[in-house]
Amino acid sequence: MELFEHTISQLHEQLKKREISSLDITESLLKRIDQLDGILHTYITITPEGARKQAKEADQRVGTGQISPLTGIPLALKDNISIVNTPTTCGSRILKNYIPPYDATVIEILRKEGAVFLGKTNMDEFAMGSSTENSFIGPTRNPWNRDYVAGGSSGGSATAVTASLCIAALGSDTGGSIRQPASHCGVVGLKPTCGLVSRFGLVAFASSLDQIRPITKDVRDCAMLLQAICGFDQHDSTSINTSVPDYTANLNKGIKGLKVGIPKEYFIEGTDKEVIETVESAIASLGSRGAELIDVSLPHTEYAIATYYIIAPSEASSNLARYDGVRYGLRSEDTDDLESMYTMTRAQGFGPEVIRRIMLGTYALSKGYYDAFFKKASQVRTLMINDFREAFSKCHVLVTPVAPTPAFKIGEKIDDPLTMYLSDIFTVSPSLAGIPCISVPYGMSSNGLPIGVQIMGNYFDELTLIQAANVLEKTSDTSHHRLPF
Amino acid sequence: MKIPLQEVEYIARLARLKLTEDELLLFTKQLNTILDYMEKLNKVDTSGIKPTSHALHIKNALREDIVEGSLKKEEAMGNAPQKDGNFFLVPKVI
Repeated sequence: MELFEHTISQLHEQLKKREISSLDITESLLKRIDQLDGILHTYITITPEGARKQAKEADQRVGTGQISPLTGIPLALKDNISIVNTPTTCGSRILKNYIPPYDATVIEILRKEGAVFLGKTNMDEFAMGSSTENSFIGPTRNPWNRDYVAGGSSGGSATAVTASLCIAALGSDTGGSIRQPASHCGVVGLKPTCGLVSRFGLVAFASSLDQIRPITKDVRDCAMLLQAICGFDQHDSTSINTSVPDYTANLNKGIKGLKVGIPKEYFIEGTDKEVIETVESAIASLGSRGAELIDVSLPHTEYAIATYYIIAPSEASSNLARYDGVRYGLRSEDTDDLESMYTMTRAQGFGPEVIRRIMLGTYALSKGYYDAFFKKASQVRTLMINDFREAFSKCHVLVTPVAPTPAFKIGEKIDDPLTMYLSDIFTVSPSLAGIPCISVPYGMSSNGLPIGVQIMGNYFDELTLIQAANVLEKTSDTSHHRLPF
Repeated sequence: MKIPLQEVEYIARLARLKLTEDELLLFTKQLNTILDYMEKLNKVDTSGIKPTSHALHIKNALREDIVEGSLKKEEAMGNAPQKDGNFFLVPKVI
């Protein structure tokens, strides 16, 4: 087995025993990136020199006995997470030359842990999209079949983990941007409870929804990475000061007596047959391991897409007002006055999906429409949260599909925004409610594409979520599927 | 049509986006399709329901009013498209 194929936990043990060095792992990955990145379009920026320097520092640190779980582990970061003096483009022409003058809080934490940064991964522009096709460098390709999308918006991070172009990665999730690509690529993606991980230094898209999230090869790595990056940060006014358990503590525990809710609204017509079969087999397997299966209802699920696609674009239209060509980012050359500087800069800098969402959000917030759209959606959001509270009074976790289909073909939905939005149907509700959820690879479609299963948990109950996910992972039969390279 | 072309033009102006004729036509079509879909929210009775602006109902987050370190001027100005010393340059306003 090559070094790039290992998990965080495996490499940590080997580093601890000094059987390998961080520089060995880093070189193995840089070679792999060199071979495959041109085909998969995983990274926007690769930082080999910085990575080698960090790896050498990590090795020195290990030499003095100061090793923590992420010391010397090479990671990939989604390109909307600020790293000082490293381009952070958000997949957008408007930030093509932007160099952050500071580190995001998660980056600061990872530096203290002694992690290694391989580079910044491809994404839908400003994380708006479900396929990583809306990036100014072009689409990321699914490693299982390059004609298919990797999912989005964290398609670069998901692909990097899948194809072993990093050991683990951080992405961001606003309405499903981690869970859906994780499902399409066959890796683990976790969205923690909102407020658990600091967002300071994450470029804003929709502030009531955005979260930084780990994406890893297995559930144990996910727990380890979450453990490192969570915690209170006074620089993020939505950060929650709460005690954090050891997320790996229950990894070897069974799930006897765990109450698993099955929301009927997530098993609807129009969902791919193989997806339904995969989720049903996952549920049966939890049942056979001693979980108690309970039918529950989340009656406002059918309004989730409409609610999400009013709230997220509204927040985006406000957040993206900062791109005015004055302080940073692109400034159009074709301007003669202040007004045209704004309008030309924004038209030339933003791609079509971002413009569409800014327009949609501006409309939903404009005079005469605010009550009918934004306020209405915010009220339905309350009802959706109530649905979840009711469901969690009867069970510990919920099990559902992640996406209605396995990965679709590149170009298939790009000209039809509403159809693209509908592919988020199973991931946006927990985002609106702010509850934690995880996508675990569980099956394979007949044409060889991964299918994930989503587990949702109650507020701040990542521990149970990880415990259930770990059992699913152990019972899945995807391990015999190997990538074609 | 829920939102006519003239209104899409107006929204683009509010959002400070210079769009071409073709773009305006395309966005008019697409926004109408999307807004038609949003109509389904009208089926939900929301009378007396409080809107949610953030899932965790966080109130103001305050900290002690102590001066902390911040970016140096040259760092803060480092990404400016056009500058003059410590000032951002923009086209003439008045």
